[in-house]
Formats: sequence, structure tokens, C-alpha cells
Amino acid sequence: MEQTRYTVRNKYSDVPYEVKEQLFREVKSDLRFTDYLYGCYECGICVAACPSARFYDFSPRRIAQAVAREDVELIYEQMNDDVWECSQCFSCNRCPRQNSPGGIITVLREVAVKHGLRSAKEALGAYGRVIYKIMSTGTQVSPDMLQPDAFPDWGPQVLDVSKNLDTWRKAIPPETLHTTETAWEIDDKTIIELYLIWHMTGVMNMIEKVDEGLYTILMDVMEEKLEEAGYSM
Amino acid sequence: MPIEIEIPILSADKREWKRPAEDIEKDHTHELLFELEAQGELVVQRVPEPYSEVDTKYGRKKKIPLQHTWHHKSCGQCGHIPGYSTSIFWLHRQLGLEYNDPKDQTSCTAWNYYASATSNAAAQAAVAVRNFAAAYESGYFPLIHCGTSFGHYKETRHELLHHADLRKQVREIMAKLGKQLVLPEEIVHYSEWVHVIRDRAAQKRVYDCSKITATVHPACHYHKLVAEDAIYDREIYGGQRSAIVTSTLQALGVNVADYSTWFDCCGFGFRHILVQRDFTRSFATMRKIEVMKNEANPDVTITHDTGCVTTLDKSQFAAKAHDRNVGVPVMSEAQFVALAMGAHPYRVVQLHWHTTEYGALLEKMGIDWKTRWEEFQGDLEAIKSGKKEFLTWEDADAK
Repeated sequence: MEQTRYTVRNKYSDVPYEVKEQLFREVKSDLRFTDYLYGCYECGICVAACPSARFYDFSPRRIAQAVAREDVELIYEQMNDDVWECSQCFSCNRCPRQNSPGGIITVLREVAVKHGLRSAKEALGAYGRVIYKIMSTGTQVSPDMLQPDAFPDWGPQVLDVSKNLDTWRKAIPPETLHTTETAWEIDDKTIIELYLIWHMTGVMNMIEKVDEGLYTILMDVMEEKLEEAGYSM
Repeated sequence: MPIEIEIPILSADKREWKRPAEDIEKDHTHELLFELEAQGELVVQRVPEPYSEVDTKYGRKKKIPLQHTWHHKSCGQCGHIPGYSTSIFWLHRQLGLEYNDPKDQTSCTAWNYYASATSNAAAQAAVAVRNFAAAYESGYFPLIHCGTSFGHYKETRHELLHHADLRKQVREIMAKLGKQLVLPEEIVHYSEWVHVIRDRAAQKRVYDCSKITATVHPACHYHKLVAEDAIYDREIYGGQRSAIVTSTLQALGVNVADYSTWFDCCGFGFRHILVQRDFTRSFATMRKIEVMKNEANPDVTITHDTGCVTTLDKSQFAAKAHDRNVGVPVMSEAQFVALAMGAHPYRVVQLHWHTTEYGALLEKMGIDWKTRWEEFQGDLEAIKSGKKEFLTWEDADAK
């Protein structure tokens, strides 16, 4: 018997159902999926605890419910319009059914990135420099990222840091912290191992899907170091 | 006209909560860990002696090493609030506890994982295991500085223990790096270490903290991710919230004041703090700082994670410009304990990297911060003129 599907609206009707279904299949086949979803009482505890729900039109419960009932159309819409609002604080883990809506969102985001969805590209547009930093240096933020034009809302103290950066970094007792371009001093061998991990786990392919320019720059940086260390790309 | 009524408020710490015996059985992590070790699937690095045993949420005894620790540093701490990491090291030195500050360590990369999703379960597990293997090879036991690294590594451990395919994939990657699949016997956050050394630290306190009122922000990724592996104590909040941080402040004699939004996150958001800070600023000030000010009026708020210190501290500048009720200094408990034990506020605690005004707090503790600032300016001049290359630990402790 043919199943009838009811949806309130279909915002992305230009995208074939089969494409959306394929994305959901990838979400569902992720090894973390079964740890993150057990069902939903519709109690709303996750929404009450959610910081993003207070400031955005966002609901972890809607996401958990859509995924639980396998509403492929709505999941696709959420993958585009909602998931990037999540704060990933995991306050929603308070769920009495032991769901992790935040964890489901992590997986939804990954599939969105892997397929280069427009919303993922937009969400990460300004974030590329941070991805570059973590993937190329092994630390997410560095002292030299504290620039007044990047953090104008943090006040004049950021200007003090950037003006005095070299001296202030030398005035920290632990020897590993005298760096300005990385958060701490990392061995070259360690960085090489990190690059190999990015390549062997498919992360570089994800970057290529979401930001080709960033991918090219990262590949150049990595290629040079890997070749120096005797690895062929 | 409203009618005044008196509503009795039950204080959590006056009620007695009993833990059902079956709760302890909820956590099978260690059973599985040692089973897989026996099957040759992975290597378990044992907690070195001496260690302390403390209760987790459901009553399992967690081993916390006192020394011989490999310090898994935090990007945000080392990069933007370096007095945080420096204070953790300083506490070890003051208590005569040995440690290793490695260069063979990458970030856990979890900030990026939660912010951008440009990663996957295998990559995250491989990064974690690479760091654990590096610690194992050094002979030192991992002590994790960042709350997000701690929470994420607990998630990663769960995935590795429960998914044979993932273990196989990570073992193969590690083999190519010349490493083994290593997991530590316990995943330990530095604030758990502070919790177990709190009485020793309190004995070395040189400033009176009894006039200080503090609020505590428990870090989400400490107590909400794999919640069963966080430290609880029936003497603290009746065992209904994580004991971490509050236990330490109470040991120092600080008055810990409660506020209604304690469970809320700080507003960090991972992606938001870097590229969507309107949310971060609003949440941090309206749901946390202003609530603390209105309900507890603290001299300081203390937390135990990188993102929380950054968010709660930095977000106040813009809010102040809009005449919001803000102005609470923010630091980690490691920094506060160091200050109480007489650490230099600039050479060690590095408060010049913080934004919100902290002078009144230091004065209330009896710390002459103006003289200390002058001393630190002398250090900076010596570095600038080339008389001194770096500030050393000996300089930091010079009287």
C-alpha cells in the first residue's frame, strides 16, 4: 500500500525527494545516531534548557521529533535553516528519554558539510580562517588572532593585547607559551601526524565540498610539510 | 492590591538524597574498557599512584592522579587567557607535584568539531587517540585543561568502546603513525585535580577570602556531556549539582552565592563566539551576568572552562556601553586559588589578558595590584630592552 506523506509546506520543493532521502540515510547510518536518539516524549525539557531557543526561532524538540518520525522533507529544511543556530552546549542532554538533540544536530551539520549544502557554505563563510588555523597549526585560536577589527565589541583591551603581543607572550613563565601564531609550541612531527589524520579520515574531502579556496590553501601548506617529512600526496 | 503570601522554600542542602544502588551499575564504561584490553583491542594507561578516589554522579569511584601528569593544554586558554594554564602549572609547582608540559600535543580540535562540523567521528577519535598515545609514550598520565576536550574525549571514548569498526579504523591509522590505540584508565579534567588538592591549597592560602562572594558557572561540557563521569559530592548542593569549583571555593572560605540560571550555558556557542557574537553577548549578559548581579551581587564569578571564562568576561564590555547591569570579574578557579595562595596577579595569573575590571576584587582580597602592575611593567621593560629574554618561573616567584 502506498504511503501518503503529509507536510505543512515544502520549502525546498526544487530538491528531489530522493536527494533528501539519501542525505537522511547518511545521517541515520552514522555510528553516533543510535546513541543520540531513542524517541521523544514531546515534553519540551530540551527547549526549556536550550540557549538558542531563547534568541532564535529554533527548537531542539522539533529536530528530535522530525528525525524520530523520519520526516525527510522537514529534516532537509532543518538541515538548511535551523541547525547552525544550535550552541552545541548539550543542555538538551537533560532529555528524560536520553536523547541528545545537540548530537543529532552535529551529525546533520556534518552531512550538510559533506554535501556542500548552500546553507553550510553560508554558515561557514566567515569561519574559514578558523578552520585554516586549526587544521594547519593544530591549535584552534592563537594570540595573533586577537585584533581589534576582529573583536571590536571586546573593547580597547584587545588593542592592548595586539600592540604588546610579542612582549606579553615572552612575559609568560611556561616555555611552551611564548608563541604568537599558535596557542602553544607544537613539534613538527606532531603536526605531520595531524595532517595524516585529516587525509586518512576524509576530512580534506569535506573541506573541498564546503570551501574550495580554503581546500587549495590547506593542501598547499600540508603538501609542503608532508613532502619534507617524506610523504607523498 | 496584591496579597502577600509566604511560600516556604525548601533548601536543597537540607534534604537528604539517597542514591539507589542500581545507579552505580549504570556506568559500564570501565568494565568494557578492561574487557577490550584483555582481548588485545586497545592499551589502557593506568592512573599513576598516588591518586585520590572521588564519587561520580552515580557513585562510581573515579581515580584522580595527584602528579606525574601530561598536561593536555587548551587552545583558548593558552592563546587568549594564558594566566589560566600558567596558574594550573603554578599550583603544581607550589605543591611540589611533578608534571610534563608537552609539545607533542595538538588541540582536541573539538571547538572546530562543534562549531563547523568539518570533521567526523573517525577523525575526532584519531586526534584523541594520537594525543593519548603521545601521553602514554611519555610515561605521564593525561590531565585535560579544557572542559570541551574533557567532554569530547569522554564522548569519543564511548564511541570507541561501543563500535568495533571505529576501533579498527583508528588502530589502522595509529599503526601508520607508529602508535597504538591507547585510552587512559580515567579521563580527568584539571578541575577534578583542583578539587582533590583543595585542602592542601587552602593550607597555603595567604589572603583572607571570607569577605569574597562568588558565583559559580559550571561548564556545560564538563557536566552535561557524558554526565555520569562528572564529580558529585553529597556535601555540596546535596549532591544535586556537580561539586567541582564550589568545593574548592568553600575550602578557601569564599562565600558561594547561588543564582537561578546556574544551569544555563554561558552563550559561547562555539561558532557564535567567533562569527555570530550578537547571540553570545546577549546570552552571556542577560541570562548569566545580569542575573548574578541582581540575585547575588558577587565580587567575582568563577568557572572551569576556556570558553566560559572568555565569553563571560569579554561580553561585558559592549553590555556596559549600553548601561546594562554588568561588571563582574571572571576567572577560573585555578587562577583564583593561585591568587589566594599569593601568586603574582600579572606574572602568574596574567590578569592583563582579562577585560572586566578586577581591581576591586583584588583590593578586597588584600592584594596590592597597583604595586604588582608596576613590577610587571619593569619585567616588560627588561624584555623589551633585551636584558631578559623571557619571564621565568623564578622571576614569577621572586618576592
